[in-house]
Amino acid sequence: MLAKRIIPCLDVKDGKTVKGVNFVNFRDAGDPVALGKKYSEEGADELVYLDITASHEGRKTFIDLVTRVAQNINIPFTVGGGIGSVADVETLLNAGADKVSVNSSALRNPSLIGEIASRFGSQVCVLAIDARFTDGDWLCYVNGGRVPVQRHLFEWAKEGVDRGAGEILFTSMDHDGVKTGFACEALARLSEEVSVPVIASGGAGECSHFYDVFTAGKADAALAAGIFHFNEIGIAGLKQYLYDRNINVRL
Amino acid sequence: MEVAVIKYNAGNNFSVLCALRRLGVEAVVTDDFDLIRNAGKVIFPGVGEASSAMAYLRDKGLDSLIKSLQQPVLGICIGQQLMCRHSQEGDTDCLGIFDTDVLRFPAVDGMKIPHMGWNTIKVTSPAGVIPQSAANAFVYYVHSYYVPVCEATVATTDYIVPFSASMRKDNFFSTQFHPEKSGDVGEMIIKNFLEL
Repeated sequence: MLAKRIIPCLDVKDGKTVKGVNFVNFRDAGDPVALGKKYSEEGADELVYLDITASHEGRKTFIDLVTRVAQNINIPFTVGGGIGSVADVETLLNAGADKVSVNSSALRNPSLIGEIASRFGSQVCVLAIDARFTDGDWLCYVNGGRVPVQRHLFEWAKEGVDRGAGEILFTSMDHDGVKTGFACEALARLSEEVSVPVIASGGAGECSHFYDVFTAGKADAALAAGIFHFNEIGIAGLKQYLYDRNINVRL
Repeated sequence: MEVAVIKYNAGNNFSVLCALRRLGVEAVVTDDFDLIRNAGKVIFPGVGEASSAMAYLRDKGLDSLIKSLQQPVLGICIGQQLMCRHSQEGDTDCLGIFDTDVLRFPAVDGMKIPHMGWNTIKVTSPAGVIPQSAANAFVYYVHSYYVPVCEATVATTDYIVPFSASMRKDNFFSTQFHPEKSGDVGEMIIKNFLEL
């Protein structure tokens, strides 16, 4: 049976892992390759590396980092942040990434999804969506959650899949960093409405939240950052917890 | 022993090279006929789309070369699919090493396509590339097309339907999953292939 996936996310700024609370206030959480390798050894199923530096220098550092990750880690990883063109995708895939996630650039230019999918295959293209529950619906945000756009989660996710996205990574900005559980209701609806796997993000604080997101939330994978970086939850312990409660995980 | 990784337009060659390096093997990525023909082992990796991959292989003459190889060859993911007779993806005639066709997963409520993530294998024949120690292990998959269980099948996985997780015919071995991304189990499988 296909296992539910646990995915640590590493936000990288100038070559270091950072984690924001509600998308601001960064704290240093260590070397991205060492941390990724540690997670892989503890049983992480995939890794996500997000480049949150905007500078040209930072970009070069990030591409070097992608290569080092590919050399040192034997599980799949996705990279995201600042990907605006097929050429950016090609650079990252050639550096060793398995998948790329697009977010703001896809909202600004939806045809980018199709261009990536037709060139490299749908499986390469993860559509990341940051949304906040506003006036009765989930409003999408760009620029790291700073700027709202007039698109809503479910219709944008469906359009993204129609255009070729192979996975949806949904971050609830209301839940991110708050540690009170994932946005299970929205996730369950999203999972029913799209035909591709859904990765849940935002809100993990304890093991039971992962159980909830795989059952009530119908998620295929769950992503978290801070709780792993600061050793609040260990991945091996989390997977054992889920396994003991009949969630199919890879031990 | 020289290991050649076939260079073409659907490769994730760098990932395969990194996996080989972690095992202490320095492979050559090449589309040079002599280098491939004279290699001790050949790996035919892949991430991509069937029709464009086959068009590229035909254009370079690599299709006949691959079929004519005598040493152990390992096809990975779309590599396995291209070693079959025909693929539904792009209605593509493939290499025909394995006498079976490649189909798209049927749409079934609640089952996501692509089949993406870690799933278990079941070894059905000891003739393949999967060592006994990995007989029921989790391995990493990303695919929307599958090879039905057939005579060449040596391991299966269940997702929507049971399909060929791994195959073998003569000197041709294959996996639908990505051993280069399947953690320590995957490295064990690659090592097993290198030691054939």
